[in-house]
Parts: sequence; structure tokens; C-alpha cells
Amino acid sequence: MSERTERLSVFKTYKLYVGGKFPRSESGRVYEVTDGKNGDWLANAPLSSRKDGRDAVVAARKAFGGWSGATAYNRGQVLYRVAEMLEGRREQFVREVADAEGIGRSKAAAVVDAAIDRWVWYAGWTDKIAQVAGGANPVAGPFFNLSTPEPTGVVTVLAPQESSFLGLVSVIAPVIASGNTVVVIASERAPLPALSLGEVLATSDLPGGVVNILSGKAAEIAPSLAAHQDVNGIDLTGTAADLGLAKQLEIAAADNLKRVRRPRAAEDFTADPGTDRLTYFLETKTVWHPTGSLGASGSSY
Amino acid sequence: MSAGTACRPLPPAPFPAPPKAPADVTGPAAPPRAARALSRALVSHGSAWWEGLYSRYARRYAQLVSMPTAPATAKEHALADAVASEATLRRFLQGLPGVDAVGLEARAAALGTRSIKTTAKAYAIDLAISMIDLTTLEGADTPGKVRALGAKAVNPDPTDRSTPRTAAVCVYPDMVATAKAAVAGTDVKVASVATAFPAGRAALDVKLGDVREAVAAGADEIDMVIDRGAFLAGHHMKVYEEIRAVKEASGSARLKVIFETGELSTYDNIRRASWIGMLAGADFIKTSTGKVGVNATPANTLLMLEAVRDFRAATGVQVGVKPAGGIRTSKDAIKFLVLVNETVGEDWLDNHWFRFGASSLLNDLLMQRQKLATGRYSGPDYVTVD
Repeated sequence: MSERTERLSVFKTYKLYVGGKFPRSESGRVYEVTDGKNGDWLANAPLSSRKDGRDAVVAARKAFGGWSGATAYNRGQVLYRVAEMLEGRREQFVREVADAEGIGRSKAAAVVDAAIDRWVWYAGWTDKIAQVAGGANPVAGPFFNLSTPEPTGVVTVLAPQESSFLGLVSVIAPVIASGNTVVVIASERAPLPALSLGEVLATSDLPGGVVNILSGKAAEIAPSLAAHQDVNGIDLTGTAADLGLAKQLEIAAADNLKRVRRPRAAEDFTADPGTDRLTYFLETKTVWHPTGSLGASGSSY
Repeated sequence: MSAGTACRPLPPAPFPAPPKAPADVTGPAAPPRAARALSRALVSHGSAWWEGLYSRYARRYAQLVSMPTAPATAKEHALADAVASEATLRRFLQGLPGVDAVGLEARAAALGTRSIKTTAKAYAIDLAISMIDLTTLEGADTPGKVRALGAKAVNPDPTDRSTPRTAAVCVYPDMVATAKAAVAGTDVKVASVATAFPAGRAALDVKLGDVREAVAAGADEIDMVIDRGAFLAGHHMKVYEEIRAVKEASGSARLKVIFETGELSTYDNIRRASWIGMLAGADFIKTSTGKVGVNATPANTLLMLEAVRDFRAATGVQVGVKPAGGIRTSKDAIKFLVLVNETVGEDWLDNHWFRFGASSLLNDLLMQRQKLATGRYSGPDYVTVD
């Protein structure tokens, strides 16, 4: 008999993140996820069904009122807290990103650092975007005329296929920073960093349902989300390599006039993102208010 | 094994299920009328003597009685003797078999796992819509809100005229006239809660006044609450008499009796309350007011369905069931329909015999209906918000 007992390995069951909880796929299905270099098995990830997508939309809709109604300052604090939590689990994400994308440790560490910095960057934007995207408009009449940006609502995001973590953060954070709630379909080939991100979000003051993470085949889940009457916008970033699917989704999304962000070729997620993604899922509300006696008395104001 | 216990028809104590064909009857063949007279005579004797004879008599009696054609109240049906006095009623209720709680819940849960899809689902959704008592019971109810509710009951989905109407609207007594006007000219009924809903803590006169006001205003159905205090204190006869009085005051309006199952503590109590209600002439037995923590659950509804099944087997009188409160999704509603079909069968799959007391359920059913019609998931933007 051997003197030394081998410790049994503890495998992690990756689960979806929906409505602040960690369910398995309603369908009970999983698929094998392999590493980015040698194709070795890493773990089984849930293979989401259309019904998981619907449940996620229900959760996102439920969370929308509270999240969009929270003050911009409060949203900024919550997003900053996410960055703090990520920092604490940095090692885990470095390992997962290195495995998922088939890159070395130091490269993966740079990716994770960039992702954490991106959270912080968007956290800072929450209470500044209104000044940049809105403002007072000069109009030809005795009115105060003010435009303010408001969140679009529930947004479905197809996360980038290649950049499994930095890309993911770069598409989620701007959408929720402005008060939207999101249903994200993670990279099909490398969903594990996304599913682990769910664990971070669950422990960082972010209300359940603001971010809902699904793994599986975009071609299976996305069409019903694109046609879903209770989804207000869809970001097709993840279909950059499958423009046929992108077109199909765009047609389905036209039914209830969803805001659609088309995929762009070869996006570089390490570059300065600018405010493009931040302003994409915003609606402008303009208020006309009579200046009253000021106008009647001949004041120029 | 335990699951089977919960759903089996009542064992033959004290009153067994329906009479066999006369050829099977052994023993003296006395006509039912005589049997009843005999029973009264027995009751008038001392109770010890009565108790000795009671079970033997009960066994024989049920085989002698023939199925009544259409009895209106307990006075005329086979179980008339059970309500002869406080003592006989208590003995009858305590003679009901105990509920196997684990089996009941397991059975209800098992029936909830059925997968109802495509055409069956479409049928179930339409059936469920047609069974809804669309309800508003808030202190803040205004005539405008009741009118809006009436309009929704008549035409639940303005984008699809093939949507069935709901069975009824359910309001407080002072809103009955408004509701009646809102659904005028349609087959949508107006139900009114009464008897000091939801607590039921008022003098009988006040409760009856409540009922008469609702009936005078045109209510087609009365939803009464039982006196849970009296029931829990063991005054079963008081509960029985009160239901009888309300039934009388309701006149031609159908009477739904609410037990507030969440306050009755045990399944045995729910079974007993169900039998009291049915013996007293309830047209419907209803789980809850929707105003307490625990409302309609699959288990307590299954239990009440078993009660109405056994009651019809024993007396020939069919009684409706209405789960109310806490049923919010189409999935839940379909689970209840499965319970109905598997427990009491198709005879109850009609809005004359089964209802849902609900308000938000309708919107979910409409969204599911739209999904089936268009293939796209619908959202709350496409249904009216009440």
C-alpha cells in the first residue's frame, strides 16, 4: 500500500448566472470546453436553451427599474466594487484566460489587468455621460429645452468570440454603466471566464438580474432573443465571424424596432474604447419647459 | 406508495363511495326514506348507544341509499344525518380519513412535472383564460379601475379577438353595480366577495347584510369567507350554520366558500372545512382570499379536488373548486389544470366547475398566447397593466 494518499481533484461545475442565481441550463445540457492551445478538456459548460434566454430576459426586465432608477453615482460605486472584487480574484482569472485563449501567463495577466482597468474606467463614466450626451438646447422660442440620455432597457449582447474576458468586459460594462440591464451570450468556444465573472458580480453589490450570463451556441439562443418583444436592444459584436447569422438576427430584431449594434470587423479591445459603446444604448429624452413670464415680459431669456 | 394514499377515494368510513347496483346489496332492503327516519330515531337515543350502532349503520346505509337526482342542499342528500347536531357533525368530520401530507405533496408535485406543449398548451391556455375570476380587491379600487377590469374581462387581448373571455370579474360589494354595467351584454359574470371579507370578523347580521347588498346590486356569484376563528375553536356547527345562512341570503347567486387554507394550519383541517362547506350547500369551495402569506398551492387544491370528487361519489352533488391567490404564471395555471384532469376528470374542466382567482395571471397567459400565435416571446409592453 502506498504511504502517500493522492488528493482527489475537485472539479468546478460551471453554471449560468441568471437573476442573481446560478442555475444549470433548464435543458440540463452541457458541452465540453477545451483549452485554446492543445484542445485539452477544461470543463463542461451549460448549453443554454431558448427558455434559459427567456428566463434571463424576465430577470433583466425585473431588475431594470431598480438599476436604471439608481443614481448614477450609486451605479458608479457598484461598478467600482466589481473592479475591487475582480482584483481579489485576479489569479483565478489569469489562469482561466490563459487556458481559454491559449496564451502565456504574463500575456493573460496583462489582459486581466486591462479588463479590471476597464471596469474602473466605465465606473467613472456613469455620472458623467449625461453631461456629454445631453445638455441644454438653444431653441427658437421662450423655452428651456433640455435633453437627457436615458437607458434603452433590456439589451442582449453577443460577446466577442476571441477575446473571452477583456472583450466580454468591454461589451458588458458600458451597457450597464448607463442603466441598462443585459443578457449576455458568452463566447461559445471560451465561456469559462464569463461564467466565473458571474461569481464576481454576485458578490459585488450588483443587483441580481442586471447582468445575466448564458453560455452555449449563439445560433441557437440568439434568434429568439432577437425576436423577443421585451428586449429593447441587441449588440451583435460576437457575430463578427458569422455575418449570415448577424443578418438573420438583424431582421428578427426589426419587428419591435430594437436598437441594433452591427458587428465590426477586427475590433481591438486593448485600444481606448472611447464613448461609442457607452452612448449606443441610450435614448434621448427632451423636455420643453416654457420660460413663462420671462418670455411674456420681453426678456431675452 | 405514499403518493397513492393521498389520492385514493375515501376509504369506507364513515360513509363510503357510491352505491353499488342493487343486485350486490345484501341485507334488508329498506328504502332510503325509511333509512333516514331510522337514523333520526337513532340520534334521538342516548349517544353511547348511538355510537355503538353508528359505524355498522353507516356502512349499511350507504349501500341502501339511491343516487339523488339533483339535491340542492345537505337536507336532501345522503349525508343529511351528519349535520343533525354539533356532535354528529364533529363525529363525521373526525371520521374523515387523515391526510397523508407527504403523499399529498408528492402527488401534487409529481403532477406538476407534466410537459404540456403545442396544441395541448394552446388549449390549456384558452381554457385557463376562460376560467379566470379577474379580481381586484384593494382598498384603492375606483369605479374607473373596475370598469377597466370589466373591459379587460370582456376583451382580454384587444390585438386578438379570438381570445376567450374570462369567467367573471370579482370585486367588493360596493363595486358590483359598476362591474355589472361594465360587463353588461356579455356572459361574463360578476362575483362579489362578502361576509366581511377578508377576515370574516363581524356579526352574522352584518355579514348577511353584506351579502344581500351584493346580491341586490346584481352579483351573480358570492365569495364568502368562513369564520376561521370558530372553525379552529372547534365550533364546526357554527361555521356550518353560517354558510347555510349565507347560502339562503345569496338566493340564486352561486356561493363560493373561502376557507383561507393558509390559516387552517393542517391538511386535515382543510379536508374537514371542505366537507363542512359542501354539506352546507356551497356551489364552490375556494382556497384563499389572497390576503395572507400562504394562498393556493397545488397540494391544498389537490386535497379540495379529492374532497369534491368524494362528495359527488357520496351524494351525487357536484361542487366547483377555485384556487385563488399566488397563481401568477401560465405554467402554474397549467399545473392546476393537470391536477383537475387527473383528480376529478373532464367534468370539472369547465368554468362552471373550476375557476382561478387571479389578476396578474391573465397577463402571463396572454403573453404565452401571443408567443404561440407569433413564435416570438412577448413582453409586458403588449398587455394592459391593471
